Amino acid sequence: MTKPYGEKLSENKPVRCQKCGKSVRPKAPPLLKAKPTEIIEAEFVPPVETYPGKIVEVKLGATRGEGGTRGKSMVVGGETTPAFYTFEKPTPHQPVITLDVFDMAVPLAKAVKMHVKEVVGDPAAWAKLAVEKFEADMVTIHLISIDPLIKDASPKDAVKTVEEVAQAVDVPLVIGGCGDPVKDADVFAEIAETFAGERFLMSSVTRDMDVERCAQFIKKNGHVALSFTPMDLNLARELNHRLYDFLPREDIVMDLTTAALGYGLDYAFTNMERARLAGLMGDAELAHPMSSGTTNAWAAREAWLKMAPEWEPRELRGPLWEVVTALTLLLAGVDLFMMMHPAAVKTLKEVTRRLLNGGLGDANKFAEWVSKKI
Amino acid sequence: MSERETKGKVGVKELSPIDVYKLLPKTNCKECGEENCMAFATKVVNREVPIEKCPPLLTREYEKAYKQLKEMLKPAIKEIVVGTGEKAVKIGGKLVMYRHEFTYFNPTAIAIDVTDEMADEEVLNRVNRTAQFSFDYIGQTLKLDMIVVRSTSDNPDKFKATVEKTVEKTSLPLILCSLNSNVLEAGLAVAPKARPLLYAATKENWKDMAELALKYDCPLVVSAPNDLRLLKSLVKTLLAYGVEDLVLDPGTFLGDGLGDALNDFTMIRRAACKRGDELCGLPLLGVPMVAWMDRGEAPEEIAKWKEAYLAAMQIVRFADLVIMHSVDGWSLLPNVVLRQNIYTDPRKPVAVASGLKVFGAPDENSPVMFTTNFALTYYTVASDIENAKVNAYLLVVDTEGIAVDSAVAGRKLTAEKVADALKASGIEDKVKHRKLIIPGKAARLSGEIEELSNWQVLVGPRDSSDIPKYLQQKWQTQT
Repeated sequence: MTKPYGEKLSENKPVRCQKCGKSVRPKAPPLLKAKPTEIIEAEFVPPVETYPGKIVEVKLGATRGEGGTRGKSMVVGGETTPAFYTFEKPTPHQPVITLDVFDMAVPLAKAVKMHVKEVVGDPAAWAKLAVEKFEADMVTIHLISIDPLIKDASPKDAVKTVEEVAQAVDVPLVIGGCGDPVKDADVFAEIAETFAGERFLMSSVTRDMDVERCAQFIKKNGHVALSFTPMDLNLARELNHRLYDFLPREDIVMDLTTAALGYGLDYAFTNMERARLAGLMGDAELAHPMSSGTTNAWAAREAWLKMAPEWEPRELRGPLWEVVTALTLLLAGVDLFMMMHPAAVKTLKEVTRRLLNGGLGDANKFAEWVSKKI
Repeated sequence: MSERETKGKVGVKELSPIDVYKLLPKTNCKECGEENCMAFATKVVNREVPIEKCPPLLTREYEKAYKQLKEMLKPAIKEIVVGTGEKAVKIGGKLVMYRHEFTYFNPTAIAIDVTDEMADEEVLNRVNRTAQFSFDYIGQTLKLDMIVVRSTSDNPDKFKATVEKTVEKTSLPLILCSLNSNVLEAGLAVAPKARPLLYAATKENWKDMAELALKYDCPLVVSAPNDLRLLKSLVKTLLAYGVEDLVLDPGTFLGDGLGDALNDFTMIRRAACKRGDELCGLPLLGVPMVAWMDRGEAPEEIAKWKEAYLAAMQIVRFADLVIMHSVDGWSLLPNVVLRQNIYTDPRKPVAVASGLKVFGAPDENSPVMFTTNFALTYYTVASDIENAKVNAYLLVVDTEGIAVDSAVAGRKLTAEKVADALKASGIEDKVKHRKLIIPGKAARLSGEIEELSNWQVLVGPRDSSDIPKYLQQKWQTQT
């Protein structure tokens, strides 16, 4: 092949353009090399890493044989690699979904309400619906009525509600408080004792509660703590560290706060991704399974608001909002999802099952999309 | 390993302004608009300005330093431009694998398809919907980026006609899509200077595609579904052929292939960012549109739903460009918002200044409300108050950029903070009354706020879209 330019040009020096007289710098001419006629082979070595840390395994719920009354228990955690990096290690457990059940009527998005309106106000029936129809792995009973600013229901009342739910379904339970640090501790204490051995997940233990007291009754009665902190890894480390004085690491799941898609999901995602990577790199205080209050997706008005016609129907937009929030956090490493909409639950289950089972992407079929009429 | 390891290269995090400063002219000439070379170096390291903003650096004298700086600042993932002019789209250009390591650049481009066998009206309709898609979100307008023209006919004339119609209607960049190089060339003939992205070079057609890419100076997708060794081999071959702007397509799979789809993207991105594998250091293309294959009798909504969640997973996991079929608002909206979120700069808090904001011309009887300084909360509330056309005061309380419900749960929003903010704002001199409308989601703070501030608390709506109605019904009866 002849060189298209003079010798000097190959040094990439500026020359004067013959047409316009300006000084130009020619591109290094690729034509100087002979064009390949065959595929030049390259190797691909999967970039596999090893991690010094392992996410602790936590068992939720206890069967009769294990000291409780649940039909089965669920295990979360145990990862030795970032979320679904299955080219490194298999994912040890399919992420678990717990559905929200409220002990009284609460404001619900229309898209959610249409699925549960028959059972609002009847937590036992709601729990049954969640398990039998929506295939929830677990149920969260939110004890809204204990809030001193709402009904100020007593710990005994709360125990009664939990009893009804525990009778109605045999899945492991999450016990949701009202957010009042004093009242929640009192109610959790009563429930912990009444249902000793059940390994209920107490949602949640926060920094402004009497952490020592909570950790002690959780330990004594064989339950699990959900350690909740507001989007700050140092606070998460600190709270977990305080819990270690009383609780083994196997009794702690952490909640780093979930913000909705469009309303701070970026913070939640990065916070969780960092926590998981830190845990794998050996930061034991962050090497806990993660829970996400994915229901918070519905705090985004785009999830429930009636918008201009081009964004409708909200009956699809809403659950998709929850799905996208969930999948984003799934890829950050979340192990336990607290969710709301049946369609969102179904999709998350389908995706995690497929990811867990693996199998092959069909290389031959893929190219169909290029020329297929839809 | 055949490819160059970048062990000697400084990681993006370790790169300091001093490293850049050393290579600058150090004359403090201010031609770049900065006070001195050190200030410029700092901005360069933070990727706020390109080094080309330093005119002396582009002269002969600094040629060597310029080249060194270019190499030093080179992103792990090559930046590739598709299209020309104002609407041209940059893809790739990533410096890091995880956004918390720095920040992500060049948000995942979203491309919508038309085909050469669609009726003219449908092509037009889809092009228009793509070009006109627009959603206002925290002071930004979220849009779609490109049009894909697929050849379902495999007929060069039909393809040419559709490309021609498309470029007449839109200046959005194009992706021309056929595995037959004759068909692609027919399309290129009517858009020779448009610099579309060509799809795709495969192990069968790579030579013809390479010739096209060189002839028309276009970026080219390299496709090797689920075969990363072949993908890299093709990249190596095409680079040797002289085609420099390449985009990687390792395939997108649903169902049981989902794991492979994620793994392929992850392995390629890690090889590029963590192992310095330059053959992998190219933008990644995802095709969530595969959700429309094998649809059978299932309703379209199912395909739209699957396509949307597959796109979401790819936006999170490293895709620089995705090809989609649905143009429905409900299925696209979550993804354009997700993309904005993931590509927000984590180095900067998404917060607005706290303090008292004035709407309209409030007087001593006007309502006083408060909200948090999380940018999204603030803009949402502010736009709702503006739309209501009321005169009002809005107190923005510093919650460290956290939304109301999370801030209450996380104790970033407390009665003390609200009481202090009320005092500090000087509102007590501006209104006669002492009635504070608080967000419905902060209702639990009512009692304490009253106690600490001596203001009467009115619990407002849980969502600010109800503010106009609330003010109309409650505020007038209150005063």
